[in-house]
Amino acid sequence: MVEQTVTLNNRSGLHARPATLLVREAGKHPCNVWIRKGDKEVDAKSILGVMSLAVGRGETITVRADGSGEEAALKALVELIESGLGEA
Amino acid sequence: MMTARILHGIGVSPGLAVGAAVWLRRATAEVPVRTLAENEVAGEQARLRDAVATARAEISALRERVAKDVGEAEAQVFDAHLAFLDDPAYTGEMERKIAAERVNAEAACRDVTEAMRTMLASLPDEYLAARADDILDVGGRLVRLLQGTAGLDLAHLPGPAVLVADELLPSDLSGLPAQVVGFAAARGSRTAHTAILARTMRLPAVYGLGESIEAIADGRTLVVDGDAGLVTVDPSAEEVERVQRDRQAQAELRARAEARAHEAAVTRDGRRIEVFANVGKPEDAAAAVAAGADGVGLFRTEFLYLENDHWPTEEEQYDAYRQVLEAFGDKPVIIRTLDIGGDKQLPYAKLPAEENPFLGLRAIRWCLAEPEVFRTQLRALLRASRHGNLWIMFPMVESVTELREAKAWVARCREELVQEGVEVRADIPLGVMVETPAAALTADVLAREADFFSIGTNDLTQYTLAADRGNADVAHLYDPLHPAILRLIRMTCDAAAKAGIQVGMCGEMAGDAALTELLIGLGLQELSMSSAFVPMVKEQVRGVDTAAARVKADAAAGAESPDAARTVL
Repeated sequence: MVEQTVTLNNRSGLHARPATLLVREAGKHPCNVWIRKGDKEVDAKSILGVMSLAVGRGETITVRADGSGEEAALKALVELIESGLGEA
Repeated sequence: MMTARILHGIGVSPGLAVGAAVWLRRATAEVPVRTLAENEVAGEQARLRDAVATARAEISALRERVAKDVGEAEAQVFDAHLAFLDDPAYTGEMERKIAAERVNAEAACRDVTEAMRTMLASLPDEYLAARADDILDVGGRLVRLLQGTAGLDLAHLPGPAVLVADELLPSDLSGLPAQVVGFAAARGSRTAHTAILARTMRLPAVYGLGESIEAIADGRTLVVDGDAGLVTVDPSAEEVERVQRDRQAQAELRARAEARAHEAAVTRDGRRIEVFANVGKPEDAAAAVAAGADGVGLFRTEFLYLENDHWPTEEEQYDAYRQVLEAFGDKPVIIRTLDIGGDKQLPYAKLPAEENPFLGLRAIRWCLAEPEVFRTQLRALLRASRHGNLWIMFPMVESVTELREAKAWVARCREELVQEGVEVRADIPLGVMVETPAAALTADVLAREADFFSIGTNDLTQYTLAADRGNADVAHLYDPLHPAILRLIRMTCDAAAKAGIQVGMCGEMAGDAALTELLIGLGLQELSMSSAFVPMVKEQVRGVDTAAARVKADAAAGAESPDAARTVL
């Protein structure tokens, strides 16, 4: 199990479009991936789950991956978030 | 003999249509519910998966169509819909529920959709909460596919039909049979996804009919007037015939207009009228070029500021301006500097709340008070100028002092850039957006120092008539055909003609082909509008005789009321 904390610096936080990109990326990996904000954790492969966190710009989230290819999954997601989720 | 009844709404897609009312009642609460036998579970899950696959195909097709006809940005709405279909918390949860609770797929779909809708609607973020409608749309589509119907049987419409609903959702509009000729809805606005789609499909639509929509019974004949925002129930036979003739004539006119959209618009007596497009985002430039626009009459720069999490940098702005300028080559592109005030919220900077933001620190006033923001924008504009034919326009100017100050900032930025060795186009016209009565009344003074005028009729009307059209109690007073507005327009045009500078119009009025003759008669040389209206306005220009138009315009400006002005036209 690996995890890393990142800050969302894109324009609009995890709105539909950035959330779609994030979920799409998570779906490419065979392992389980979660996103946590505060004490709530959701499946990163679920668009509705990710939207339900209502992560705003500048807020911090933790990405957690567990299973086969967890390192690669974590790296890919953190990079995507840090690159601004398509709207840097 | 039935008497016609006229219902008032908002025209969201222009044109006239006549057809039988077909009510679209959303039956989410009425799905069949049954308990499954153990050996039915796998089959029910497979039935759900089939419906999901079909929904995915339908939404992808819709997405492609919108991307092509409207734009990539609008199409991306459907990416979220597609993502819902793959969501373990959504369709995955439905499958789980079918097995765990032994319920049929329709019931599972309804329950999970409702749970997700409630979750989304409760989110503190307004934008995410609005996605509640999206999930309802996807859920409705799945139920429809599961039931193997269109919710109502649109496949067997006997003749032309007008779809009637409380609110239309994007899924209602995919795979519509050709018999559907128009829409009427109780709720919704011009910016609703389905309003955009209706315009794309050229289907007249009237929304915002409110409770009066209940007066429409299934099967009654309706006339939808998407220009006037009216729906007539049980029109007379003469009216129906008139509408049908009119539709025929309109279709012929439109075909002719589109065939000649890329030709210049010249009046019968040989006057060239520039027909420009209003552009809100760089992505819309291609559509404007394709529609035949001779240039851009208004490029709004607000999106750079509103859809951002920081003040847009010089580089970000430069990229956006360059994109539009390059799309139009050597055709003029009028870019308006930031038009913002206390009625707008920027996520990264709080603009001071004001008692009366429309009379407050906004547009050029705000820019002159915040010179760093203004300077960044001007530098980006000047740097982009070498990529096309840039004109810069200042909004809400009401005195020559403001114009001079703004021009001084342009000169200062130009000097800076030249010293930095940056190439800046030498001949950049600097103009005034005439949208206050003060600017129109002193247009002769402003014309001495402005290189062009563009009349913003939306604000000019609201400021002159002191009526907010968003306020239902006074919206009827908001009428750009008020002789006061017509006289201010004429004054502005006269002053421009005297000074030898170009005068155009970029308010909504400019895109109304029914007013083209009047506007030419008042003296306008350029008209700027939504791309969709460009071909029709160009065609309208070709039928105008300037001398006759002047006579009409003078009569309208001299009329005693807006209604009297209308009868002149």
